[in-house]
Amino acid sequence: MMRPIATTRSATGIPTGKLAVWWLIASEIVIFGGVLGGYIMHRLGHPDWAHQAIHTNTWAGAFNTFVLLTSSLAAVLAHQAAEHGDGKKAAKMLYLTVVGGLVFLVVKSFEWSHEIHAGYTITSNTFWSFYYTAAGIHGIHVIVGMIIMLFIAADAAKGKELQRVENVGLYWHFVDIVWIFLFPLLYIAK
Amino acid sequence: MSAATETHGHAGHGHDAHHDEGFIKKYLWSTDHKMIGFQYLFTGILMAVIGGFTVYAFRMQQAFPGTHIPGFGRVTATDYNALVTTHGSVMVFWVAMPVLIAALGNYLIPLMIGCDDMVFPRLNRLSYQIFLLSSVVLVASFFVEGGAFGGAWTSYPPLSAKAEYSLTGTGSSLWLTAVALEFAAFLMGGINFVTTVMNSRAPGMRMFDVPMVVWMIVIASILFMASVGPLVAGAIMLLFDQQLGTGFFDPAKGGDPILWQHLFWFFGHPEVYVVLLPAMGIVAEIITVFSRKKLFGYKTVLYTAIGTGVLSFFVWAHHQFVAGIDPRMANVFSVTTLLISIPVAEMIFVYIGTLYGGSVKLNTPMLWALSFIAEFLLGGVTGIFLGASGADVYFHDTYFVVAHFHYTFFPIAFIGAFAAITYWFPKMFGREMNDTWGKVHFWGTIIPFNGIFIPLFLLGARGDHRRIYDYRHFPDLMKAGMQDLRVFATVCLLVLLAFQVVFLVNLFYSLVRGKKASANPWNANTLEWAAPSPPPHGNFPEGLPNCYRGPYEYSHPDRAEDFWPQHVKGA
Amino acid sequence: MAELTPSVAAPATAAPAHHGPSYVKTWGILLGLLVVSVVGPMLEIRVVTLLTAFGVALVKAYIVAKYFMHIDVEKRYVTYLLFTMVVLMGLMVAAVSPDVLKHDGHRWENRAAKRSVVRGENSAKAAAALPGAVHH
Repeated sequence: MMRPIATTRSATGIPTGKLAVWWLIASEIVIFGGVLGGYIMHRLGHPDWAHQAIHTNTWAGAFNTFVLLTSSLAAVLAHQAAEHGDGKKAAKMLYLTVVGGLVFLVVKSFEWSHEIHAGYTITSNTFWSFYYTAAGIHGIHVIVGMIIMLFIAADAAKGKELQRVENVGLYWHFVDIVWIFLFPLLYIAK
Repeated sequence: MSAATETHGHAGHGHDAHHDEGFIKKYLWSTDHKMIGFQYLFTGILMAVIGGFTVYAFRMQQAFPGTHIPGFGRVTATDYNALVTTHGSVMVFWVAMPVLIAALGNYLIPLMIGCDDMVFPRLNRLSYQIFLLSSVVLVASFFVEGGAFGGAWTSYPPLSAKAEYSLTGTGSSLWLTAVALEFAAFLMGGINFVTTVMNSRAPGMRMFDVPMVVWMIVIASILFMASVGPLVAGAIMLLFDQQLGTGFFDPAKGGDPILWQHLFWFFGHPEVYVVLLPAMGIVAEIITVFSRKKLFGYKTVLYTAIGTGVLSFFVWAHHQFVAGIDPRMANVFSVTTLLISIPVAEMIFVYIGTLYGGSVKLNTPMLWALSFIAEFLLGGVTGIFLGASGADVYFHDTYFVVAHFHYTFFPIAFIGAFAAITYWFPKMFGREMNDTWGKVHFWGTIIPFNGIFIPLFLLGARGDHRRIYDYRHFPDLMKAGMQDLRVFATVCLLVLLAFQVVFLVNLFYSLVRGKKASANPWNANTLEWAAPSPPPHGNFPEGLPNCYRGPYEYSHPDRAEDFWPQHVKGA
Repeated sequence: MAELTPSVAAPATAAPAHHGPSYVKTWGILLGLLVVSVVGPMLEIRVVTLLTAFGVALVKAYIVAKYFMHIDVEKRYVTYLLFTMVVLMGLMVAAVSPDVLKHDGHRWENRAAKRSVVRGENSAKAAAALPGAVHH
């Protein structure tokens, strides 16, 4: 379908797609803020949760942080390539970002199956309820980001819609920042 | 009136190649903002019928307890809970929001800022489809085992978390899912609206040239975006409590039910301003046109609307004064709640200032707009009683609260909607609604409306608790005259519901047989009246307009005519 | 009468190319900070843990926002918007904490919450006392 003239206008000077992503990030801050805020208040009021938190796998968490930071690097390199008009390189970098997301999810699934096997399920203790819910909501955002990224990479490889590379990158960096806070909250605060 | 539109760059040629759209593409799969606006409007009207049916059933139970209600049957206690829950949820989430924000926002924003569609038409279509899904899920909950959710629209745990308490296990999860889907739809729509208004305004349309209703819908969308997040988180947690047995809100498992209350009301309070602001915007458009005067203080209204929005984030715990919150917090929230009445009152003063000395035309839209001001004022002042925590200790959970919020919500959702529909009908459908029947509908609604809720103030002050399905169980509340007041209120409700038939007949009849309308039957200034009635795909066939002045230049001394459309290049 | 501002109707121009320190160097700094945030808490000194785990998180987030998201060359109000959302969440936590975080006040106590804390401690002790329990 034809793009409406409305989409091409920019009274603010910010391209429309990017402006929308900033607003999306703003609304996501309050969603994650609600989850994390709820968790923080309970955690500070329940010192006994330290006995549960001690069973989280700090090395898995740290490794996953490394993975996401690296995938963010790939995303910003994709943006740089797109800025120079190199759609093929941008697509390649985006695929790398997706691979990073995949590694993250694989590590997480190993981590979770180990924990569930050891008896730390979502209902065994409210600490674990928050743990799985917060990381789960984050994980869903990772998955959705990966899917959208694949579509944008496919277009970029053909040299189309290169401005979307930066936009999906912004979303991905935000998801990374959420994890940057989740990591100490769930894995370090013991 | 001559429409001298300037062509802007190239006219929207590509959009006209849709002459041979099939039925599906045109009505069900459209990306055109106007069609999507209609989809939201008619879905909202349908849900309003459902909401009206629920109130019919439970008010009849109140007035004639234990009897067989025509069209429903006997209302058991569980039925009653499901009916009041459904009534509240449907009216707020599936009537007020879709009609005032989604339908009017979608329809008006591109037209009023002079562009050809929303910036993300496919996202727009998706957001309606998710909204439609949420309505289907909600209606589906009526038919599952146990029936519709019966834990009140506020859904406090543990009643809402445990099926053995609410007796509506499946219904409660379906309700929660429907609400979550509705939130997702409105988040998407909000991003679309805000981005469109920020970026796609007509050349020359500065910030203060934007019509007030557009500003209000944008501010409302931002308020929604900023407040709904924690409740989305809370809804997921509640769903897990219901389905998986987690203990987020269960003290026995280390959770806290008060957390839900806070998460809910942190959203719930800004939400009422989310629906109020668009209604005030609609009233601003109508009173300027039909008093032929500019808005008394455009910037005042705008800044106080923003101020109200900001303040609305600081008042939420006034819903929880007797829930066991920290009393020091209650003091703070009392002060902020009383403060928030000031900017809203300021807006009302500006509206009165706008009307004063104007050349007032009392047609149907204007009658609705004026009644909004009067009725909402009554609702607002009764909120002062409730905002003072000391008085609220007595009034909380009584019918005083119910009367207060209906004196605010009914003007917002229904008076606002009727005002908007009667005002913009000619533009939307290219035909005129019958003004005489419109006035009949108006009086047949306003008079019974007051007849329903004034008794409820009295009953609440005398101690009528909310959410009681049979007052015969409370001898104290069956004293002289009280049941008579309940019956009187219910009879007024029946009259009010009957008169809505007049509106529906007028609406649908005028759709097909109404007198054809011109592009600008009201001689208004804003850009939507520069487009044909109804506007074609692409909105402005002669090219997108430019904007040369503010939206309320009525009765300008330099002009022979008493209006000065925004798109007309002046001398 | 308003003059037409030509830029208002112009199509969005491509954003200026982003320069600055190499992205790879930034990534290296982020990894270094990650190491600090893992090692710091191992010292088990409370202040050090807070600074390294959470302080570093703030620094990392700032670095990602500034160097990867280029929020500093974006229009100012974008930063204000996002910051406002964060402040709003802080407000919510601050106002709700007296109810959810604290388990007693001047004249009240949340016995259910206190009981669940005690239960949590007891079951942890019982689990640790079992033969074959893993000690960290």
